[in-house]
Amino acid sequence: MDYMQYVWAFVIGGLLCAIGQLLIDLTKMTASRIMVTFVVAGVVLSFIGLYRPFAEFAGAGATVPLCGFGHTLYAGVSEAVAANGLLGAFTGGLMASAGGIAAAVFFGLVVSVVASPKGKH
Amino acid sequence: MELNIPKEKYKKRADDAVEKSDIWVNLLKAFLVGGIICLIGQIITDCGLAAGLSKTQAGTTTSILLILMSAVATGFGWYDNLGRWAGAGSLLPITGFANSITSPAMEYKSEGMVTGLGVRMFIVAGPVLVYGISASIVAGIITYIVGII
Repeated sequence: MDYMQYVWAFVIGGLLCAIGQLLIDLTKMTASRIMVTFVVAGVVLSFIGLYRPFAEFAGAGATVPLCGFGHTLYAGVSEAVAANGLLGAFTGGLMASAGGIAAAVFFGLVVSVVASPKGKH
Repeated sequence: MELNIPKEKYKKRADDAVEKSDIWVNLLKAFLVGGIICLIGQIITDCGLAAGLSKTQAGTTTSILLILMSAVATGFGWYDNLGRWAGAGSLLPITGFANSITSPAMEYKSEGMVTGLGVRMFIVAGPVLVYGISASIVAGIITYIVGII
């Protein structure tokens, strides 16, 4: 029973990436446009209440792809609005996603200082 | 089968056939790699929960560890190689976000720590943060207004 969570994480996460691959191959959208689209789609789906049940079902399959980052942003905002009113709309998103953003900036800095670019093969 | 089709027509048909099979192969690669990265994320999350972290803490820990793994793999040049093979499969998980920060930072380090590394770091992550954060603020303001009426 428990292992089904791993199956769904794999299948749903894989399908979300396959949707992105279709966008790349069929619409010739650039990588950064697709990433922006996924994050904003995550915010919107979370706002209309669809992403939370989806994430409860698919686990990391829903939270690890970038639309899950959008969901984290809105989930933080909605919680903070409930607690602090309008102020929460500005503080909640970054508070909820601070760990990931800070880690990406910090590890990115450390690695790029230590490592040298590899030639393109 | 007609054997005397004009060369251009034949070439177009051949290209179409190649392109179609390429799309399926690309889809499968993206599905496999994206799925495996999410599976690793699920394993980390479950380890965190088993270690007594709350659901939110486990989720944040998962993001941080995946980002660390991706930054290190980018440093060795592995993640960019994976990206050429897996396309959206390695681009769209949170590890792709970390790669989009680390890879250009490393590449442009030679142009200076501030104007090279510091600026280029956000060449892809910048737009993602700008539109993600702004969308969440708009949604938050609407949530607030709906809440008071």
